[in-house]
Amino acid sequence: MHIVYPAVVSALLFSVGVYGVLARRNTILVLMSVELMLNAVNLNLVAFDVWLGDRLHSGQVLTLFIIVIAAAEVGLGLAIVLSLYRNRRTVDIDQLRDLSEPGTSDTPADSAGKSGDQEGSGMPDDPAYPSTSADPADPPTRRLGEPAVAEDPATTPEPATAEDPAATAEPAKRGGAL
Amino acid sequence: MTEAVPSYLSPTGQEIVFLLLGAVAVGSALLVVTTRQLVHAALWLVVSFGALAGGYLVLTAEFVAWVQVLIYVGAVVVLLLFGIMLTRAPIGRSADLDSGNRWVAAVVAVATAAVLVTVVVDGFRTAYTPLKPGAGAAKELGASVFSTWVLPFEALSVLLLAALIGAIVLSRTDIPGGPPPEQTGGS
Repeated sequence: MHIVYPAVVSALLFSVGVYGVLARRNTILVLMSVELMLNAVNLNLVAFDVWLGDRLHSGQVLTLFIIVIAAAEVGLGLAIVLSLYRNRRTVDIDQLRDLSEPGTSDTPADSAGKSGDQEGSGMPDDPAYPSTSADPADPPTRRLGEPAVAEDPATTPEPATAEDPAATAEPAKRGGAL
Repeated sequence: MTEAVPSYLSPTGQEIVFLLLGAVAVGSALLVVTTRQLVHAALWLVVSFGALAGGYLVLTAEFVAWVQVLIYVGAVVVLLLFGIMLTRAPIGRSADLDSGNRWVAAVVAVATAAVLVTVVVDGFRTAYTPLKPGAGAAKELGASVFSTWVLPFEALSVLLLAALIGAIVLSRTDIPGGPPPEQTGGS
């Protein structure tokens, strides 16, 4: 067996995983892409273990360890995703911008909140959207199963600056379906 | 190890089988990251992992292959399907699975593939090993795990326990002692 074959297959799988992590918006699809990258690493480890003929089987044992760690990672990642879904009613990575820099211009949530405060153009006098909730630090205050529908008007003006019209329809649709 | 490299133009049966399985794995992985249906992505992931398990079998890593089938195909994909269903994802086609920076991601992925494949082909062109069966059987691997690698193995069991407890703590909502409710009066 030429070692080039498994190495090339592994490199291609890793690149596919890179594309999936960068291009997907759903968090579960990003987790799947991370699994693909881990599998590429596993294939590399097994191939080089067979090539080197290691008596301790370091490569295959490390592959087993990586498989176990990947299982733990998926479990924890899904717990985080479910907690996120309970609080925000979305698993869309592009809408989770609470940790972004407040000064950058391409953060739709922050710019929408600031424009709504200063100019009043985005959302004038919405009673469900008091001005104290404009700072991005307040979403931890609502947890524990409290419905997030009261905050959903805060997210509706944000895709007005986004690029695709599909993002505007999705939160409203999900909020209505629940 | 590297002496008397056979020609690439006359592949053995093992190499042909491995290349076919690798093509299936890479193709279904591409479908995972490009399909428009969320559940189909998880099911293509099963195909990809299964083909990779077959590749491990060809590479004489039998135990790793069966662990791959048990844990990846059996547990991880089922967990991902649970996640898809618990987040109430749409079952049919959904148009917004891809981000806006899709083309940048494609460029980055193609560049990664080009660099990696070039380096790997250039570096391991002369690497060749004959496959002898039984080198990765459960007996050999178990003896190795429980003699040399027993300390990392035990540490890994503690890690699994910690991950399990962490997942439970993250999933439950009725655990007291969270952040104090401010002006919203959370239960």
